[in-house]
Amino acid sequence: MTTDSHTETDGAAHTSTGLSNNKLGMWLFLGSECLLFGGLISTYMLYRGRVGEGPRPSQVFDIPFTSVSSFVLLMSSLTMVLAVSAAHKGDDRNTYLWTTVTAILGATFVGGQVYEFTAFYNEGMGFTTSLFSSSFYVLTGFHGVHVTVGVIMLMSIVGIMKRSKVPGSKSETVEMIGLYWHFVDVVWIIIFTLIYLIPA
Amino acid sequence: MSNAGYVRIAAILAAITALEVATYYVDLGALFLPSLLIMMAVKFYIVVSFFMHLRYESKMFSWVFYTGLFLAIVVYGIFLATFHFFS
Repeated sequence: MTTDSHTETDGAAHTSTGLSNNKLGMWLFLGSECLLFGGLISTYMLYRGRVGEGPRPSQVFDIPFTSVSSFVLLMSSLTMVLAVSAAHKGDDRNTYLWTTVTAILGATFVGGQVYEFTAFYNEGMGFTTSLFSSSFYVLTGFHGVHVTVGVIMLMSIVGIMKRSKVPGSKSETVEMIGLYWHFVDVVWIIIFTLIYLIPA
Repeated sequence: MSNAGYVRIAAILAAITALEVATYYVDLGALFLPSLLIMMAVKFYIVVSFFMHLRYESKMFSWVFYTGLFLAIVVYGIFLATFHFFS
């Protein structure tokens, strides 16, 4: 019987469930995030018609611009899955490349969101203008913060990869960031449809 | 799954997104809302199943994630119904 089997490198193979604790923890976290975003989305749905003196959603939303942003985030999911695939193969060069591309696409999306918020503000839609504007900024802002955290994690893992190789357990780290990133994309899939495409 | 497979899936997702945007400009009448919701659900399923590999992982991960999602839908469905959102 081995007593020293619970090391960081082979933790996945020696848990009571037979599953990686890191991965199980990440899926639990993502499950709880469904409840967080569910609350924010349903609050927006409830208040989207409460515009008061401010502009209506259809007056400020720029569907072509947001469609391009959505496409950028969708493609970042492709580059992320290519990074995870390369990490599992121990292909450091492609892991580094696709992770960097994902971070750039994520930063582009966040930049687009900052531009969009600025345009909305200039059109008279401030944070406290109406219940619609408050719930909109909280929801999309929260998502934007998630994307920003994802970009920071991606840039951090790129920095780590520059110092050491990525095979074995480190590939799971890339996979964890990948799960988070895809979830952020999935949330945007819902936001884009329910908030932007379906008029109030 | 191969990298080419991932690219094919991304192309499908991009095509569905293009269809979604098209429905915003084309008058589909009563089909507008159901078609958008179906396309949203399909995109959600594709990303979770193939990009997040949930389809190929342990069933426990699926239970953990979909339980959170199911709870969110039920809890906030009741929340919206309480405030007469659907009427």
